[in-house]
Amino acid sequence: MATSSKQYLTRGEELWKGRSEKVNAELFALTYGALVVQLIQDYEDYSEVNKQLEKMGHNIGTRLIEDFLAKSNLGRCADFREVGEVVAKVGFKSFLNITPAIAHTTIRPGSTGSAPPQATNSAGSSFSLTFDENPLAEFVELPEDALEGGLWFSNVLCGVIRGALEMVQMQVQVEFVSDVLRGDETTELRVKLIKHLEEEVPVADD
Amino acid sequence: MAIFGLWVINKAGGLVYQRTFADGLAQLTSNEYLILAGTLHGIHAITSRLSPIPGQCSGAQVIEGETFKLNVLLTLTGTKFVLLTSPAEPTAAIDTLLQKIYTAYSEKVMQNPFHTPEMPIRSEAFDMSLTALVH
Repeated sequence: MATSSKQYLTRGEELWKGRSEKVNAELFALTYGALVVQLIQDYEDYSEVNKQLEKMGHNIGTRLIEDFLAKSNLGRCADFREVGEVVAKVGFKSFLNITPAIAHTTIRPGSTGSAPPQATNSAGSSFSLTFDENPLAEFVELPEDALEGGLWFSNVLCGVIRGALEMVQMQVQVEFVSDVLRGDETTELRVKLIKHLEEEVPVADD
Repeated sequence: MAIFGLWVINKAGGLVYQRTFADGLAQLTSNEYLILAGTLHGIHAITSRLSPIPGQCSGAQVIEGETFKLNVLLTLTGTKFVLLTSPAEPTAAIDTLLQKIYTAYSEKVMQNPFHTPEMPIRSEAFDMSLTALVH
């Protein structure tokens, strides 16, 4: 497990380096900020904004997964634990150049992400990602009413993960549990496996 | 040595892209292409359940005839890329090409916000990258 998690790290690193088109991090953060502000103005309701961000992310995720699969050339994951590793170490690294710390909920290893060896066969049904840095939330400070309204500023990430995993036949529930922007200690995102979707069964057989 | 053509089949079995690169294939109407693609989708679904080894099986990868070879790349999302080549074409080269085609698809088709997933592909950018890859 430890070796494969290292492999993922290097894989992610390679993919990030090999990416030909990159966008300036500040431009990215500012554009995203502008988007969130626009949504807030349009919907005037923070829970609705959260929902819209998630929806946008979902649409991004369903497309982004193709790019990810095409370039990473990774096979199917054996269990949900491995899914978590790949999402954190290859996915986030190759698209955002960050590696969130992963903690599997079944047994809580340290925030380093390297799991104890006996844990490999116990398929965890959820994992959480802790972000040390968040490129979306660069320069961001939430005003008082956004805090009261319950805005999850980076909620688009939830949607991206949900959309991407849905395309590879996994239904998951993704939500933020804490955010430094809200004054929490950490920014943590929880991904919970609901079920494996039936593999591409044709809808009608004629 | 020739690469005759490419099909892209969506996860429901519909042909979303068809292109001929070289002469040598029978001329078919678009309806016939659709039928062929649908049939292949069905055959592929059957072959993926025929494996004597339990567990996940990706189904048929190559169907070979005297005059042609049909190579299938099934992605994890269920899309199939089918490359029709001459039988002499080496498998390794085909696999790399299919992988590159998949990359082009992810960049030029899926990342195009005006493209609806699972719908026929009409993208000049994708056409151009394919031309560059094949020739």
